[in-house]
Amino acid sequence: MATQVTTAPVAAPQVGVRRRRRLPEGGRINWGLTGIVALVSLIILIPLYFAIAMALKSPAQTGAGTGFNFPWPLQWGNFRAAWDLTDFPLAFSMSLLVSVIAVAGEILVSALAAWSIVRNWDHWQFRATFVYLMLALFIPFPVVALPQVKLTAAIGLDNPFGVAILHIMFQLAFNVLLFSAYIRSIPVELEESARIDGCTTVQTFRRVVLPLLAPIAATVGIFAFLQSWNDFMMPQLITANPKWQTLPVVQYLFQDQFTTNFNVAFASYLMALLPTLVVFLIAQRWVVSGIMRGSIK
Amino acid sequence: MTATALRSQRTADRARRNPLLMVKNVLFPVAPTYLLMVIPAIVLFTFFIVYPAVQGALWSFTNFVGYGSSKFIGIANYKAALADPTIRDSYGFTLLFAVTACIVTNAVAMALAIALNAKIKWRTGFRTIFFMPMVLSGLIVSYIFTFIIGTSVPIIAGAIHFAPLESDILANQHLAWLGIVFVASWVAIPGAIIIYLAGLVSIPSEVYEAASIDGAGAWKQFQRMTFPLLFPFFIINTILTFKAFLNVYDICVGLTGGGPGTATTSVAQTIFNGFFNGDYAYQMANAVIFFLITLLFALFQLSVLRRRGGSL
Repeated sequence: MATQVTTAPVAAPQVGVRRRRRLPEGGRINWGLTGIVALVSLIILIPLYFAIAMALKSPAQTGAGTGFNFPWPLQWGNFRAAWDLTDFPLAFSMSLLVSVIAVAGEILVSALAAWSIVRNWDHWQFRATFVYLMLALFIPFPVVALPQVKLTAAIGLDNPFGVAILHIMFQLAFNVLLFSAYIRSIPVELEESARIDGCTTVQTFRRVVLPLLAPIAATVGIFAFLQSWNDFMMPQLITANPKWQTLPVVQYLFQDQFTTNFNVAFASYLMALLPTLVVFLIAQRWVVSGIMRGSIK
Repeated sequence: MTATALRSQRTADRARRNPLLMVKNVLFPVAPTYLLMVIPAIVLFTFFIVYPAVQGALWSFTNFVGYGSSKFIGIANYKAALADPTIRDSYGFTLLFAVTACIVTNAVAMALAIALNAKIKWRTGFRTIFFMPMVLSGLIVSYIFTFIIGTSVPIIAGAIHFAPLESDILANQHLAWLGIVFVASWVAIPGAIIIYLAGLVSIPSEVYEAASIDGAGAWKQFQRMTFPLLFPFFIINTILTFKAFLNVYDICVGLTGGGPGTATTSVAQTIFNGFFNGDYAYQMANAVIFFLITLLFALFQLSVLRRRGGSL
């Protein structure tokens, strides 16, 4: 709420300035706006600093202040304690298992389906399939959650594999949309020449189409990873055995035990957040360009 | 020679008589490899999404409790659900939250996107900072904010004598939803910023040059040009964020657990609780209502988008 108040009045003035930079003479840096952006960025940086500071304090150091004071001496032992308490390696492996299957599955299933649909667009059957798959865009998880819990339990998929399959299915519509928009921009002549050279459909896909799909596959893959890694709703409901739960659910299950020691809790939060933050900092170029590509078209 | 002719004749006959092959020719008149690529997707999608959806919708007309037998009871569940104060309150909270969070997210994200597209120092670095919350787990972010809002903020507010925040607003029945709006927006704003940036990049700079020459002020430029040109992106963002906010679950669970009382129990949480309370069919009726409401909002937003000449 506070951000709205501070940024709204300044939102407009730099519009003219922004465009000047495209002109040959270049523009001057808008220092006033830089200051305001820096101030607003504190809303993001302070909670992150807070989490790091809390994770590195002892309970006595926490009690001494508001939580924002600098942690000294650093208590690295909190991470060790959180690691052991939540059985971090196991939960981490489960999250990784679900995410890896979801990433591979989402790329493979939606790329194949999208290519098949786009290249046979002349047949009404494939257009109908496209519309049918798009239905998922309108079905929120809470609506089908209860029958899905029963279904996965009945066929023995009330485990991380079931969660991964459901992640693939719920993202299918959006991924097919992204892939098919991208495939339409690939000239079909490339595939035709491959066929004249004697490639079968599978070979054409693997040797010609798949390499061309790399940029959009990277985008879909990164989103699949983030979405799968951070999901709480689905694993919480689908996975029956608490031992096989992913990181967010484990955090939830341990929340009661954490109330006695906030510092260990924050250490565990940081350990759960760190992987996605690292992935983001490495892959942010594709994350950003991927959303932009998906939104313009 | 006759043998071969006879054999091909026989194959053709079999094809004509075999209903499976006939169905295949009507439904899928293309190379089998293409079918192998798309059929697994259709089968899995039907089995894991469409089948449970249809089954759940059918259960909503029964008195099924999650196990054992059940019988058809017509629309009794729907009648009861529409009259149920718990369910009504959950819709009240969810809609109030979704509308407010949607407005906050879009206003802040649009302002920040314009700022992050302007000529400022360390632009790439600032963009990285503002994109960061997007990749973090909502539940864990909520746990961090629970402590900040509940413990640290009251201490600071007490020190500077700022009365409204001196007590934990998450424990206040009337104000807890504001805390949820704040955290949910904190997580959702980065994604919206990126989409607005995509829109800003697509606006040709000549438009602004012409406006500057005509003497349009900054606010006029925003009102008359930037906003209308960003409008399709505004609608896309509204659809995406509103749909996500309607399904709010992990942030409520993380911040308040649905409390105090049931003040911040979202529709999603109410439906899930049905699984543990034996209100299975009853909450499926609630889910069907929820689906129809979601669908109505989506169709309304899409029709606005189409009227303004945009496309998804």
